[in-house]
Amino acid sequence: MSVQAPETVRLRPTSGFGRVLSPRDLWRYRDLASQIALRDITVRYRQTFLGAAWAVLQPIGFMVVFSLFFGSLAGISSDGLPYPLFSLAALVPWTFFSNALLLGSDSLVSNSALVSKIYFPRIFMPFGVVVAGFVDIAISFVILIAIVLFWGYSPSWGILLVPILVAIAALAALGVGAALSALNVRYRDVKYVVPFGIQMWLFASPVAYPSSLIGEPWRLVSAINPMVGVIEGFRWATLGSGDAPLDLMGISALSAIVLLLVGLAYFDRAERGFADFV
Amino acid sequence: MGGVAIQTNELGKRYLLGLNQRGYGTLRESLVKAGRRHFGGGAKTAESEASSLWALRDLSMTVNSGEVVGLIGHNGAGKSTLLKVLSRVTEPSAGWAEVTGRVGSLLEVGTGFHPELTGRENVFLNGAILGMRRAEIRARFDEIVEFAEIERFLDTPVKRYSSGMAVRLAFAVAAYLEPEILLVDEVLAVGDAAFQRKSLGKMGEVAQEGRTVIFVSHNLAIIQALCQRGILLERGEVVVDAPIGEAIGSYLRTLERAASDDLLQRTDRDSRAYDDTLVRRLEIHEEGGDSANVILSGRPATIIVDLTEELPRMECQLTIANSLGQAVTGFDSRVSSPEDVHDGELGPRIECELASLPLLPGRYRIDVIVRAKGQIQDGLQAAAFFDVEPGVIAGRPAGADGADGDVILPHRWRLP
Repeated sequence: MSVQAPETVRLRPTSGFGRVLSPRDLWRYRDLASQIALRDITVRYRQTFLGAAWAVLQPIGFMVVFSLFFGSLAGISSDGLPYPLFSLAALVPWTFFSNALLLGSDSLVSNSALVSKIYFPRIFMPFGVVVAGFVDIAISFVILIAIVLFWGYSPSWGILLVPILVAIAALAALGVGAALSALNVRYRDVKYVVPFGIQMWLFASPVAYPSSLIGEPWRLVSAINPMVGVIEGFRWATLGSGDAPLDLMGISALSAIVLLLVGLAYFDRAERGFADFV
Repeated sequence: MGGVAIQTNELGKRYLLGLNQRGYGTLRESLVKAGRRHFGGGAKTAESEASSLWALRDLSMTVNSGEVVGLIGHNGAGKSTLLKVLSRVTEPSAGWAEVTGRVGSLLEVGTGFHPELTGRENVFLNGAILGMRRAEIRARFDEIVEFAEIERFLDTPVKRYSSGMAVRLAFAVAAYLEPEILLVDEVLAVGDAAFQRKSLGKMGEVAQEGRTVIFVSHNLAIIQALCQRGILLERGEVVVDAPIGEAIGSYLRTLERAASDDLLQRTDRDSRAYDDTLVRRLEIHEEGGDSANVILSGRPATIIVDLTEELPRMECQLTIANSLGQAVTGFDSRVSSPEDVHDGELGPRIECELASLPLLPGRYRIDVIVRAKGQIQDGLQAAAFFDVEPGVIAGRPAGADGADGDVILPHRWRLP
């Protein structure tokens, strides 16, 4: 057993920031973060009929629909690339992001029994969801590369930057997902707003269209939406198309970090009331 | 060991009521309210002050390490809230508490378990939730599994476990967590008798190893067996802090005082209740007897529950418990018999007729739950107390031999 003297914790009313991000607690409970992520992964793949195929079917399904309606019927530009490839390269990171938001925003309420009974750093709930999503995106990324190669295209050196692109999407998803999960505890209609918001976000991101459609300087401004840099980065990295959109990626990375900080700050403030409301 | 494990100083916890019954609101309501506040002005502070409830108030106590303390009190007295504050689930609103050492909570059945995960996976998940490191869990894994008696089902999803197995596993994980301070909230009431005995033994062991335990239970017998010291809470305040026997005695007296009051005045009602009808009065009458709540052993008796409203599909559940709060027997009208009678003339009243009351002389209490429209409408513990006086059962004086237990059954001997 541990040899050091037990530490004394003083519990009193607090205000302001610093509860959830208390480094001591995060460190003490670090195993919990991986256990929750592991639980989310196991449950997702064990119970579903399609299992791992689900991670792939969702982006591929959207690719087919988008190719039919936006590519063929509406004739939207795809920067000279085959439209299915063009949209799939965007749908892979988008699906990761939107699932993390959707599941993350529900993560506290769906674990209300735990939240109201026992203390642990609550941020691990939305965090676990995002981490569990890495498995999905790893699978769908492999399929994406297989399809790209099969089609006769080849990824650029930018494929080395894919982990960074995924990290940008993950940070943004964690920031927004954490804030939404906290809001969801207080206001139960948030659950109905989130899917709608995600759809709006989809069309605000260059999934079905190239961001080259947007004229300067608005193209750069649009990268405040972190998914703009992530999606254009993914296209360049996996399809080897055009120049590296490093400008978009840089702006989006900064924006994702800001979203993360703002989201965590809100989560931290709301956290002390979770057990009383959930 | 020695030293202070838990100290609280004028600890208070305030809950905001209002918004709506469920405790959370909708974004729309809040936006509308915010709009009104900005554009319409009006009094807002008075409203928020009025709709709050102090679940704990000026609570000061000290628990030394190694002490085993029982927290007792009515429903809503603040026992669970105190445990929540001590386990950091919720923040106090006033005062402070100092907790020295790792705190472990024994969770209700299933909390912290995921039904899709196997027993093995859940041990690790639950251990992590309780603050254990992976290596610690691995080191104790075999002991946990052995204690829970689930070796054969380790790789079965917990959703296929019986509730008894799930309880055993949950208990085992928490018991082997080896925290310096263990908080136990009404958990030992489940599981079969053998496992209860085993977990009580484990609790006793935990206590002897110098760890601090705080128990909450309605089962006063368990509390009495395990604890040295009792703290009686009433409306969020400590009213008695004494050796356990004394504290339980005070609690029983407050229960009896409450039972003799008008039941509509009671505030310690079942928190799940819908309150469309309330228990106004509960009495037990001996057939042909003069006074309520005094019965001779073995005589026929009727329990009468008077309610405020008559509702469709009324159901009633009565539990007779002995003076330590241990259930002796119970009656539930949801299990029907062809001999049950529906009487349209009865009004807001339910009666339960007993052909014979085979209880040994002593003091008993009746807990009641009333349902209607498929929902719990009201629930009261110790809605009435009654005394059983020595009577005759099958020609034999009841209790004359100082028999153990609470029940005497009609019987006849054949002797050579």
